Amino acid sequence: MNNEDHYRQLYENLTQFTYLVATALFIFSLKWLSHPKTARRGVLAGVLAMVAAVGGTFLHEEIRHVVGQSGFFEALKWIGIAIIAATIVGIPLAMVPLTAVPQRTALSHSFGGLAAGLVGTAKYMLWLGEGPEALNKFRMTAIIVEIILGYLTFTGSLMACGKLQEWIPTRPITYKNQNLINLSLLTVAIAVGVIIILNPTLWWLFPVVVLFSLAFGVLLIIPIGGADMPTVISLLNSYAGLSAVAMGFVLENKLLITAGALDGSSGFILSVIMCKAMNRSFTNVLFGAFGQVQAAAAATEKKPYKSATAQDAAMLLEQAQLVVVVPGYGMAVAQAQHRVKELYDQLSKRGVDVKFAIHPVAGRMPGHMNVLLAEADIPYDKLTEMDAINPEMPRADVVLVLGANDVVNPAARHDKSSPIYGMPIIDADKAKTCLAIKRTMNPGFAGIENELYYADNTLMVFGDAKAVVGDIVKELAGQTGIH
Amino acid sequence: MQQLDLWSMVFVFMLATFIGFELIRNVSRLLHTPSMSLTNAISAIAVVGSIIIAGEQKTTATTILGCVAVFASMTNIISGFLLTDRMLKMFKKREPGK
Repeated sequence: MNNEDHYRQLYENLTQFTYLVATALFIFSLKWLSHPKTARRGVLAGVLAMVAAVGGTFLHEEIRHVVGQSGFFEALKWIGIAIIAATIVGIPLAMVPLTAVPQRTALSHSFGGLAAGLVGTAKYMLWLGEGPEALNKFRMTAIIVEIILGYLTFTGSLMACGKLQEWIPTRPITYKNQNLINLSLLTVAIAVGVIIILNPTLWWLFPVVVLFSLAFGVLLIIPIGGADMPTVISLLNSYAGLSAVAMGFVLENKLLITAGALDGSSGFILSVIMCKAMNRSFTNVLFGAFGQVQAAAAATEKKPYKSATAQDAAMLLEQAQLVVVVPGYGMAVAQAQHRVKELYDQLSKRGVDVKFAIHPVAGRMPGHMNVLLAEADIPYDKLTEMDAINPEMPRADVVLVLGANDVVNPAARHDKSSPIYGMPIIDADKAKTCLAIKRTMNPGFAGIENELYYADNTLMVFGDAKAVVGDIVKELAGQTGIH
Repeated sequence: MQQLDLWSMVFVFMLATFIGFELIRNVSRLLHTPSMSLTNAISAIAVVGSIIIAGEQKTTATTILGCVAVFASMTNIISGFLLTDRMLKMFKKREPGK
C-alpha cells in the first residue's frame, strides 16, 4: 500500500468515526429530551452531534481534493457565504414570538424539503454527466424518491406556513373532484419517475417529476383547515426526515439515513398521536375537507344561553377550590397567556387550586399550549393532560374555557351526526360551573355548534380573551387592594 | 458488494426508525413543540449531503444548488437549536415556598 492510499483510508475512517459519534449523540439528544429536567442537555448533545457531523464531512475525499488544489479559503468561500447567510436568517427565525412557532416550524420543514430536492437534482446532473453506467436503478430509485418527497414537502410546508401566518385563507379551500385531481398529480409524478428509473438518460423528464411534485405539495395542503394543522405539521415533519433518508441512500451515507429516520419516525409518531386525539384517520385529515363544509349549514337554530360579566366571573373564581383552565388557539390569537398567569397568581394567592387542562390538539402544533403557558411562567406541573384531568372534572368548581372550542364540545360524546363524534374531549360540562370566554355566539370556522355553551351550568363571558381575563384580574386585585 | 451495501443501509434505516419510535413515545406531551423543533434541527443533517455537493465543485450548476441547500439546512440547524433551547428554558417547576 502506498502512502496516498494509506492517508485516504485514514481520512475515511476518521469521517466514519465522527459520523458514528454523531449518531450516538443524536440518540442521546432525543433521549434526554423526554423530560424537562434533562431536556436542555439534549439540545447540547444535538449541537455537538451536528458539529461532529459537519466537521467529519469536510474530511470528505473530494472536498480535500478541491482544498488541496485551490487553497482552503478559495475552495470553501461559497459554503462560507451560505453559512453566514444562514446565520443571518436563522437567528431572527429562532427569536419569533412563541405564538408564531407553528409557522416557523412549517417554514423549516420546507427548507428541509428544499435541501433534499436540490441535492437530489444536483446528484442526478453529476451522474448524468458521468455517463449511463453511473445511473444504475438503485441510485435512480433513491433520487426519484428523494426529489418527489423533497419538493412536495417544500411547497406543502410553504403553504402550511402561509396558512398559519394567514397569508393564505386558513379555511379549507375546496373545489370539485379535488381528491381525484390531487391523486392523479401524484400518480403522474410517480409514473414519470418510474420511466426515468428505467431510462435514466431521458433527462427532460426529470423537470416534469419536479414540477408535478411541487404542484402536488401545494394542492395537498390547500384543502386542509387550521384545526387540522397539528397533524399536518407532524406529517410534513415526517416527510422532511424521510427525504433526508432518501438523500442518505443516494449518497450512500449512513449518518443521513439514521438522523433522517429519527426525524421521520418522530414526525410519524406525533401525527399518529394527533390523529388519535381527534379520532380521525390520516386519510380523513388529508382528504376529508368536504365533511366540514357541509356541517356548517346544518345547525343554525337559536337556543337560549346565559351570560355573565367579568365581575360575576371573578366572584365565582374566587369562591372556588379547584379551577381548571382549558386553553385553546383563541388564547394564542389574543396573546392572553400573560394575563392568564396574573389570574393564576391572584387565585393561587387565595388558596384556590388552579390547573390547566391541555388537549393534545389544542393550538396549531403538538404541544403549542404548553409552550405558551410555560413562556408566561406557569409552572409545568400545573399543566395536565386530558386523560389525567377528566376524572377530576366533577370535583372542579369552575372550568374556564379560554379560546378552546371543539375540544370541549360534549356532542363528541353522544351526537353521532356531529363531525367531531368520537373525538376524545375535556369534560368541561361535568364541572359545577363552566365559564366560557368568547367574542360572540358564532361557531368557529369549522362551523360546529358547541352544546356546551347552551348548557344550564354554563355562563358565557363575551369579549376578547385578553381583555376579559384582564378585567377579571382587575376585579380580583381590586378587592384586596393589590395592584 | 453493492448489493451488500444496499442491504446494510436498509437495516440501518429500519433500526433507526424503531429507535426513533421508542424515543419519541417517551417524550412528555409537555415537550412536543420543543421536540419537533429539535428533530427539525436534527433532520437538517441534510447539511452533510449539501456540503459534499457544494464542496466538490464539479460543475457551476451543482455548486450553486449545493450552496443553496447548505443555506437551507444551515438555517434549520441554527434556528432549530436556538429556538428549542429558548423554549426549554421556559419550562420551570414551581419555586418552593411560593
